[in-house]
Amino acid sequence: MNSDLFVIPFNLGLYFILIYSVVRSVAWFRSLSRPDKLRLQRGFFGKPFMDSLREIFMESLLHRKIFRKNPVLGYMHMSLAFGWFLLIVFGTIEADFFGEKHLNPPSHAIFFRWFNPEHGAEGLARIYNVWMDFLLAFILSGLLLAVIKRFTPRMMGMKKTTRHTWTDRLALTSLWLIFPSRLLAESFTCGAHGSGSFLTGNLGSALASFLPAAEIAPWFWWLYSLSLGTFFFMLPVSRYFHIPVELFLIFMRNSGITTGDKHSSYTEVQTHACSSCGVCISVCQMSYAAGINDIQSAYFIKGLRNDRDISAITANCLMCGRCEEVCPVGIELGPMRLIERRQGERADRRLSLPERYSVMRKRSVTEKVPTQSYGYLVREEPEKAEVLFFAGCMTHLTPSVIAAMKKIMESAGVKYRFMDEKGGVCCGRPLMLAGRDREARELINHNSDIIWKSGAKILVTSCPICYKIFRESYYLEATVMHHSEFINLLIEEGSLRLGYLHRKVVYHDPCELGRGSGIYEEPRAVISYVAELLEASQERSMSLCCGGSLGNLTLASGKKAMIAADAARLLTMSSPDELITACPLCKKTFVQATKTKVSDIAELVAAALPAPSTRVARRRAARATVRANDAG
Amino acid sequence: MMSATGANKFGFAINRSRMIDYDSSDRKVREYITSREPSFRLCFACGGCTATCTAGQHTSFNLRRMNTYIRRGEIEPLREEVTRCMLCGKCLLVCPRGVNTRNVVAVAAEAIRKLERNEL
Repeated sequence: MNSDLFVIPFNLGLYFILIYSVVRSVAWFRSLSRPDKLRLQRGFFGKPFMDSLREIFMESLLHRKIFRKNPVLGYMHMSLAFGWFLLIVFGTIEADFFGEKHLNPPSHAIFFRWFNPEHGAEGLARIYNVWMDFLLAFILSGLLLAVIKRFTPRMMGMKKTTRHTWTDRLALTSLWLIFPSRLLAESFTCGAHGSGSFLTGNLGSALASFLPAAEIAPWFWWLYSLSLGTFFFMLPVSRYFHIPVELFLIFMRNSGITTGDKHSSYTEVQTHACSSCGVCISVCQMSYAAGINDIQSAYFIKGLRNDRDISAITANCLMCGRCEEVCPVGIELGPMRLIERRQGERADRRLSLPERYSVMRKRSVTEKVPTQSYGYLVREEPEKAEVLFFAGCMTHLTPSVIAAMKKIMESAGVKYRFMDEKGGVCCGRPLMLAGRDREARELINHNSDIIWKSGAKILVTSCPICYKIFRESYYLEATVMHHSEFINLLIEEGSLRLGYLHRKVVYHDPCELGRGSGIYEEPRAVISYVAELLEASQERSMSLCCGGSLGNLTLASGKKAMIAADAARLLTMSSPDELITACPLCKKTFVQATKTKVSDIAELVAAALPAPSTRVARRRAARATVRANDAG
Repeated sequence: MMSATGANKFGFAINRSRMIDYDSSDRKVREYITSREPSFRLCFACGGCTATCTAGQHTSFNLRRMNTYIRRGEIEPLREEVTRCMLCGKCLLVCPRGVNTRNVVAVAAEAIRKLERNEL
């Protein structure tokens, strides 16, 4: 039949994308490291496999994570993904069940109405038609929301939506055309033949009442097939490539593959799995508090995907980790950015279209030349100690925190040695955040040497920045504790006796301690022990960054102040007596941003210690009683 | 000149550290730094950064002196100086002018590297 030619664009597109996906997956698999290959092979059996299937259903189809953050946005994604999935599944069943023969080519299911215009007049087929119309309506409702979101993101609860490249726009247009053109194509055919259900039937008869439906219908079937075909061809060079790639990513992640510290096919897969949904833009404080709208993770990933020079984007990030927390695809955005920071410069290339389709992209991986060297550091011979206290560079700028820690440890009778009392060496984390791992390693080695030689069992630090690197990149025998954990331990042991302060306080989770190291409960336990802890509007995993982060090398001080002011405002909404934090850098930053008193958790605890005068008095009184008893 | 007048005999010679050698002065590094980190211009050489510096407690690293080298275009001593910083960020917090000191060091190191490859 000559008029069936319209299926060609769809068929070409479909077979292209299927073959392309397979070829590219094989290429990715082949370039995995050997251990990762084994992990992935094992990931296709047993529990990881079931986990992957469940995750694909819950996240890729139902979009549960987006639902939790924003129900309307979740519904939009679910109706498009799950709705389309159901339409394909039930369309295939329909063609298989009601069609002329079994095992039809996919085009027979997709264009079922064209091949069976009279179908669905009575019986089971009639009920089935209602269901198919319902599915189409379900998708169209999501599409309507998508259109609204694109033009007025605020209506969908998004602060900003992502800006797209021309390939993305072309793919987006064809995607948007798919479902309306299907609706019209089916309606015209149904109108001409008097078939169809509540949606296509009614719309069809309405259209047929004043239009020559039979003549118009083929045009819309052509449009439907063309938009499908265009969409499939644009898939690999647009953000919609995330649809197939995300499945691959889920299998990789559930097999236990992690980002690591170099570009690999896992980072490549993560790059393509990003849907540019813009949830990361919405939560970025740099965006809504400081008005910087071109550095967010969606743009970072996009730059990476298109091989652009993104050094400015890469550097300009607080590394607070909020975006990673909300990313519905679960891309490890922090490690990805750090890998890029470790790289040397990258030539800015405008990729040609064929290059974008290339299966394995050759990326120039130049490692940064070391610029710093610390040969001047003299090895120390430390005294032995059970507990080693490392204040950290930043804490030396808040001497009150050091004084408070000394008071607390003396009061609890802790025998400690103050490792950097006379000024120590930086922990290396700031260098690492700047992408200078090799230089950081020099400092790590220097500090590790001192810690090992001291024979300490516990290493206490007052700075979350140091804490994170001590835990993750140092090889130590000592247990690393942030001072909030250590104070909590002292309270639990009963070696620290504290009074109760009648103050209402709010706790701010520092990025490196909370999201960075997962320490949420200990500081709260300590604070609740000595004062009344109020809830903050954004806390724990969604806590705010103070803006002072060392993760950002290039952010101007004025912008930092804007972020700090916004965060301080949100934190002090319940008008607490004090804003408590557990990081000297956060403290320093907030002090300038709010009128509320800002203290470190150690200062709060030190204030709850019984006053020395009363202690002395009590001891004297006790001695006096002993003496009196002796005399008696 | 000085010796001709004999003024240096009475202690009126120019202090060597205050002499600017225009022949060896290279402004390219300064220009690169001010374009990449404009806050560099804000520095009024109070020396707060140097007083608090972590690296400065172990070696003769001096951010204030480094700024002088950059402004004067003295590349040779700068080359040595930039390698010592630990990027810890204490200087950033004490700076009364809001100079992004960490980035000044990072960009200076970058400038030196580019200079060596004739890319500046």
